[in-house]
Amino acid sequence: MKNMKEFSLIGHNMVPQHILIPENEVNKVLKEYGVDKEQLPKIKLADPVIVEIGAEIGDVIKVIRNSPTAGEAVVYRLVIE
Amino acid sequence: MSAVPKKIKEIQFGLISPKEFRKMSVTRVITADTYDDDGFPIEMGLMDPKMGVIDPGLRCKTCGGRAGECPGHFGHVELIAPVVHVGFAKLIRKILRATCRDCGALLLDSNQKKQYLEQIRMLRKIGQPIEDITNEAFKEARKPKTCQYCGARQLDVKVEKPSTYVEKDGTHEHKLMASDIRSRFEKISNDDIEVMGMDPSKARPEWTIMTVLPVPPVTMRPSITLESGQRSEDDLTHKLVDIIRINQRFQENREAGAPQLIIEDLWELLQYHVTTFIDNAVSGVPPARHRSGRPLKTLSQRLKGKEGRFRGSLSGKRVNFSARTVISPDPNLSISEVGVPLSMAMELSIPVNVTKRNLEEVREFIKRGPDNHPGANYVIRDDNRRLKVTDKNCEELAETLELGWKVDRQLKNGDIILFNRQPSLHRMSIMAHEVKVLPHKTFRLNPAVCPPYNADFDGDEMNMHVLQTEEARAEAKMLIHVQENILSPRFGGPIIGGIHDHISGMYMLTKGDNRVDKNDFLEMLRKSRITEIVEPAGEEDGKPYWTGKNVFSQILPDGLNMTYKALLCENCDTCKKEDCNRDAYVTIRDGQLLSGTIDEKAVGAFKGLILDRIVKDYTPAVALQFIDDMTRLAIRSIMHFGFSFGINDEDIPDEASAQISELLEEAEMRVMDFIIAFNEENLEPLPGRTVAETLELRIMQELGKARDATGEIAGKYLGLDNTAVIMAVSGARGSMLNLTQMAGCVGQQAVRGERIRRGYAGRTLSNFNHGDLGAAAHGFVKSSYKKGLSPTEYFFHAIGGREGLVDTAVRTSQSGYLQRRLVNALQDLEVQYDGTVRDTRGMVVQFKYGEDGVDPMKSDYSRPQTIRRIIEDVIGKEVE
Repeated sequence: MKNMKEFSLIGHNMVPQHILIPENEVNKVLKEYGVDKEQLPKIKLADPVIVEIGAEIGDVIKVIRNSPTAGEAVVYRLVIE
Repeated sequence: MSAVPKKIKEIQFGLISPKEFRKMSVTRVITADTYDDDGFPIEMGLMDPKMGVIDPGLRCKTCGGRAGECPGHFGHVELIAPVVHVGFAKLIRKILRATCRDCGALLLDSNQKKQYLEQIRMLRKIGQPIEDITNEAFKEARKPKTCQYCGARQLDVKVEKPSTYVEKDGTHEHKLMASDIRSRFEKISNDDIEVMGMDPSKARPEWTIMTVLPVPPVTMRPSITLESGQRSEDDLTHKLVDIIRINQRFQENREAGAPQLIIEDLWELLQYHVTTFIDNAVSGVPPARHRSGRPLKTLSQRLKGKEGRFRGSLSGKRVNFSARTVISPDPNLSISEVGVPLSMAMELSIPVNVTKRNLEEVREFIKRGPDNHPGANYVIRDDNRRLKVTDKNCEELAETLELGWKVDRQLKNGDIILFNRQPSLHRMSIMAHEVKVLPHKTFRLNPAVCPPYNADFDGDEMNMHVLQTEEARAEAKMLIHVQENILSPRFGGPIIGGIHDHISGMYMLTKGDNRVDKNDFLEMLRKSRITEIVEPAGEEDGKPYWTGKNVFSQILPDGLNMTYKALLCENCDTCKKEDCNRDAYVTIRDGQLLSGTIDEKAVGAFKGLILDRIVKDYTPAVALQFIDDMTRLAIRSIMHFGFSFGINDEDIPDEASAQISELLEEAEMRVMDFIIAFNEENLEPLPGRTVAETLELRIMQELGKARDATGEIAGKYLGLDNTAVIMAVSGARGSMLNLTQMAGCVGQQAVRGERIRRGYAGRTLSNFNHGDLGAAAHGFVKSSYKKGLSPTEYFFHAIGGREGLVDTAVRTSQSGYLQRRLVNALQDLEVQYDGTVRDTRGMVVQFKYGEDGVDPMKSDYSRPQTIRRIIEDVIGKEVE
C-alpha cells in the first residue's frame, strides 16, 4: 500500500465532477430549493475528492454526474466532519 | 419547514424495584375475593374500585373517572416469600455463577474489571451492543474456585427446570431459596454491576427476585357477565386468585410454625403460580389450566405471537364498513364497476347529512326501511342519539326527520367504494370502483381489471371498503378511480386491458378479411355505445357486408392515427408493410383500422399500444369507454366465431409424426457422434471450457435445436386456424413452446441449467449403463405430452418439474422480503411541488425526481419517443 503511486481522482471517468461553490453563491442555491444547509445531502470531509479539492466543513459542493435518465444530473452536497 | 424535528436520543430499559411497585400501587390486595353478594367489588380485593372500574355507572376511587374514562391503576400483593421472576431466570443463573457466594463480589480481579468496564463504556458511546463483552466477563468470572477478595470457596451452581438453583459441594446438594439468592445479590457492589452490563441505578440484580407482585388494573382483565347472569373472570384474575390464596396459606402456615417441608412445598407452589402468571408456556413447567382444561392466557401470551398485542393489536387494525367475499367475472360490467351482493349492500351504509336540498330524498330512504333496498339503517338525531330504523318505526321516523340529522343510508348503485386484493404490492392493488348492486353472493368484476389486482377466479377473495365522508369519496374518485390507473407508473403503459378471450376475440375479428352481415354487425356492437350503422364495406350476393376491421373501427375514437407492427410480426428482412402476408402491419388513420390485426400488442394489458395512445392522447374516460367497448365486442366476436380447444386440437398427421421421430433420431445420432468424438479425445473444446463441458454444451445445443425443429413441424401441420395456435400467436394465452411440448417433443429436462446427472453412481437410473452419456440417459424427453411419457422420461420430468416448483417458492418469499425492506426505507419520501424528493424532515434526497423529473406513468414506456410521435402526427407519415 505504501508504495502505491499517488494520483489525482479528478478527471478519472468514474469520479463525477465536484465543484466547490463560492460562499457568496451558496445562498442562491439554498434559495432556489428553499432549504437550509442542513437539509442538503451530506458528504464527508474525509471523502477523497473533498480532500483533494480542499473544501472545509460547511462548504457546499456541486456534483455533476452522468445520469441514465437525464444525461447529466446536478446534486448539491454539504461538507460535514 | 426549516426546523429539523427532534430525535429520540435513547430509550432506557430497567427493572422496577419493590419500592417503586409499592409507590405506583393504589391499594394492597389482601383477599382473593372479587365481588360481594350484592355484586359490588370488595375493597382490597382483586376488583377493588381503586384499581379502576369496568361496570358502567361506577366511578374509580382513585381518579373519579367512569368506565371507559379511567385508564386503570396498579395495585400490589406483598409476597410472603420472595420468588424468582421467570423472565430473568437465565440472568440470575449467570450472576450466581459469576459472584462470590459469601461477599457478593464479581469474581474478576480489578484490572480485568477495569478493562471490561472501559470496553463497555466505549461501545455504549458509539451505540454498539455490549452483549459480547458482558458475556465474556461472565464467562471469565465463572472460572475462579475461590474468591479473590474474601477467599471463600466457590461452589457449582446447577439449574433445575426453569427457576430452581442448586449448589453442589462434592456429592452434597443444597437448594438455593429465592431469599438466599436475593440476599446474595444485595451484596453486589455498584461497580461490579456495571461490569455485568447493568446500570445499578436502573436495574439492581436483586430486583429480579420479586418480593412485591404488581396487580394489573381491573381494566386490563375485565370480567364478563354471561347471559345467565353469572360472572366469568378473566384468565389473569384467575391466576391472581391462585397467587393470593397460596400467599395466604403460606403466611398462616409459617405463623403457625409449620415444618420446613411444608413451607418449602408452599414456596414452590407460590413460585409456580407467579411463574405461570408471567408466562404460561415456560418449558419444564406444566401450563396452568382453566377448569375446562384450556391453558390460561397469561401476560406473556397476551403480548407474544401473531395475535399478540404487538403484531395483532398495534401493527394490525380492523375496520368497520368493509366486506369480503369470493370474486367472479362479469364481462358486462364496466371495468370501473364492481358487482356487490344485495345482502352486503343492505348491511353497509353511508352517512348522509340531512340538508334542505336532500331532505325529501333521504326521507324516501327511511320510508323504505332497512329491508327494502335502498333503504336506511340508522338515523342519528342532532343530539347524537342513534335510532335504528325498523319496519315498524320507519314511517314515523321519516315524518319526524329534521335538518341537521344524519342518516345511515344503504349502499346503492353508483356509490364510490375501495376495492382491494391482497397482497397489496403496488398502488393498483387498491382502486376505487362504482357500486352495482347485484343478486347472489359474490363480488363481480370485469376480467379486464384482473391484471392490476393479479386476481383470478379460482376462489380468490377480495375486500371492499365503503368510504364514509365526502372528502374521501372525492379524493378516491380523483386519485384512485380505475380510469386514473389504467396506466401503470411502473413501466408507463396500460396495466388494465384485454386478457385471454378478449385478445383471441379481437384477433379473429380483425385478422384478414372477415365479412359479417348486418345482423352480426349489430349483434357484435350491441353492447357498445355505438348507435349508428356506418356505410357497408361492399356488397356480396346482393347483401351489404362489413369487414371485421370495420367493426373494430367503430369503437376507436375519432382522429386516432397509429402505425406499428403487431405481435405476430415475424420481423422479415424487408417489411412488406400493408401487404404483409400475416396481416401484421397495423395502420390506423382517423380512427379507422386500415390494415393489420388487433392482438395483445394492441389491446392487451401491459402491452396494449392502442390503449396506451388513447389514454395519453385523449382522456382516461375515453380509454375507459374504449376498454369497456373493446371487451364487450371481443366477447361477442369470440362467441360469433366460436372458440374451443380439446385434446384432438393437438392431433398431427402421421407424416408429421414420422418427420418428428426421424428428426429426433437424427439428433440422437449427432449426440452419439459427439460422445464418440469425446471418447476418442477428438472433441475440440470451446474457448474457456473443458472438453467435458464442451460435450455437455454441444449436446444441450443439439437437443434444443431438435426440440424447436419438432415444434416447427407441429406448428406447420396445425396451421394458423388451430385455436391453440391462435392463442399463442395473438398473445392471448400460452406460447408456441407450450404447443411444441404438447404436440412435438417435451425436450431436455434440466436441473440448474444442466442435464440431469444425479441419481445412482455413474448413472441416473438403474436401467441405464454406467457412464452412458446419451440423450435418453440424461433426461431428454422424446415424447410429447399428447403421446405420453415413458417411465424413465416421467422420472426425469418430475425432477425438472420439482426444481421449478422449489424455485418459485423460494423466489417469492425472498423477493417479498426484499420488497418489504425497500418499501420500509422509502415509504415516506415524497415528490414536492418543486420537483425535489424529500423525506418528512424536508431533507433533500433527489434534487429532481428520478434526476429527469419525468413521471414514468406519463412517459412512453420510459422511452424518449414523444417528439418523434408528435412529428409523425403532424406530417402524417413515418419518420426514420
